[in-house]
Amino acid sequence: MFGARGTGDTSGYGGLVRTAASTGSSERPYGSYFDEVADDLERAYPLFSEAIERVVVDRGELTLHVKREKLVEVSMILRDTLKFEMCMGVSGIHYPTDAGRELHAVYPLLSLTNNRRVRLEVSVPDADAHIPSVVEVWAGNNWHERETFDMFGIIFDGHPGLTRILMPDDWQGHPQRKDYALGGIPVEYKGATTPPPNERRSYK
Amino acid sequence: MTTFDPYAPSRDTTEGTVYSVTGGDWDSLVQEIGSTKEERVVVNMGPQHPSTHGVLRLVLELEGETVTEARCGIGYLHTGIEKNMEYRSWTQGTTFVTRMDYLGPLFNETAYCLAVEKLLGITNDVPERATVIRVMMMELNRISSHMVALGTGALELGAISPMFFAFREREIVLDLFEMITGLRMNMAYVRPGGVQQDLPEGAIPKIRDAVKLMRKNFKDNTTLLVGNSIWMKRTQGIGYLDLAGCTTLGITGPVLRSTGLPWDLRKMQPYCGYEDYNFDVITADTCDVYGRFLIRMNELEQSLRIVEQALDKLEKLQGAPVMVADKKIAWPAQLALGGDGLGNSLDHIREIMGTSMESLIHHFKLVTEGFRVPAGQVYAAIESPRGELGAHIVSDGGTHPYRMHFREPSFNNLQATSAMSEGGMIADIIGAVASIDPVMGGVDR
Repeated sequence: MFGARGTGDTSGYGGLVRTAASTGSSERPYGSYFDEVADDLERAYPLFSEAIERVVVDRGELTLHVKREKLVEVSMILRDTLKFEMCMGVSGIHYPTDAGRELHAVYPLLSLTNNRRVRLEVSVPDADAHIPSVVEVWAGNNWHERETFDMFGIIFDGHPGLTRILMPDDWQGHPQRKDYALGGIPVEYKGATTPPPNERRSYK
Repeated sequence: MTTFDPYAPSRDTTEGTVYSVTGGDWDSLVQEIGSTKEERVVVNMGPQHPSTHGVLRLVLELEGETVTEARCGIGYLHTGIEKNMEYRSWTQGTTFVTRMDYLGPLFNETAYCLAVEKLLGITNDVPERATVIRVMMMELNRISSHMVALGTGALELGAISPMFFAFREREIVLDLFEMITGLRMNMAYVRPGGVQQDLPEGAIPKIRDAVKLMRKNFKDNTTLLVGNSIWMKRTQGIGYLDLAGCTTLGITGPVLRSTGLPWDLRKMQPYCGYEDYNFDVITADTCDVYGRFLIRMNELEQSLRIVEQALDKLEKLQGAPVMVADKKIAWPAQLALGGDGLGNSLDHIREIMGTSMESLIHHFKLVTEGFRVPAGQVYAAIESPRGELGAHIVSDGGTHPYRMHFREPSFNNLQATSAMSEGGMIADIIGAVASIDPVMGGVDR
């Protein structure tokens, strides 16, 4: 139940080791409307096999892993031909152990016409954290990209004004990255001391 | 400056003269500005301004009273909730998300729990009674949230009485929340797998009475505002944003529905069994502040209808479980009211302390360590009072979320401020922002 593996240390003081969660590609048929979306995209975009690295269907959701060079092209076709009129933002994920693809950006798309959802995922190396901006495709991604830049340090090339949005302008570092400490101070109450959350016991 | 005022000094910068205004010094300021040739004035409105809906900063470029450019400054309420959640267990997460959009805590909790349940693969195992309670609580919450939107929106445009009526209604809902969850806000009531506890004794008749009372009371605000000529002049044709503008900016909720598109996730992509309830999606075709106001006004009645249907269902489900049956996920203890307040039920304490060591171990491990969630990522979206509230959660198979991101409708919709207000009068910005109904706790998270 409690998943003790390796040394069997269940004390919680072994430290939290986090590894990248990577699911493989899915095989056809994908089920639901996902096959139709993939077929439509293949038909409308001749470079499909080159631009889409992986297609993952997991828990009833379709994820297309897109090469960053092709992101804007694919987005345009998804918006205009497949009618994904809305992009619900972008969310970053930091996988420090996933060498060469440490930073991921995830775009949930929504089609009002067909009432469908699809997710785009782009991964880039930490050393070259550049992703082309999709603000020209979906203007509403402006603030979302600023937030992801602020929190993860991903630079969205072509963004009209990529500045910090939540943190102060002169802030050092990008707080949501895994190598950025949470911080905190121990709290004393009635003689007992509670350490800050990132120094408490943590379980894998 | 003719006379030196220590509280309202002016200084020269490369951008021009900067004046600090603290109130009460308008005469000297007008005199000072009137003597310059410059028509263009940049005004910094907020973050501490009574009409900006919390700590929102608006940087406005004005030509006379016309706004030529409007930009938002946000981040004043950033609390790092998403980062903090990476260091807390999955169950503790609800106490964090509930504090994001503080006017719609039950929506945050439900979106988060639906996502966690999707990751766990137990979406269909959540007991029906828990789902119906979630729906009922969310619709009551929609009423209290819309009441703040209407009340403060009217207040910011100069109408005080609607605010009194709106907060009177909100109070009714908050009293119900207090009776059911023990708290009026930030209740952490919805938990992965179900809800924290069942409805207390006698709750259903009390909610029925409240519904009846609110239905009667809502008329007060309707008669005050609908058709009121001052209100119409302040809201009609103001803050215009059409369907194309909404889709490109990713706007959802009442602002999108004010363009005539009946897009409501409760109907389009039902969750929590919303397909089993009868209600209408309210739209307007005016694309303006008045349309959004009418939508919120009429959605109140639809929420009451859903609450009534939920109560009918709850009466049939009396005594049914409110937490998933899987003991490896369900919180081990039920709460009960004791002599010293609300706490773990005495039966449970007796069991773990007196009779069953295995129960004690189970309780201890589940509470301190928490359950594990299989690796993967999901996006769960619900219709909050402000639009699509999406929870994007990534798990690496551990006891904590690996990454948790909320797609907040307030954050996204606030981007429309420029499109809605540029070219209009400075006084109309207030109406436009109020019609977006941003909650800064949700914007900044």
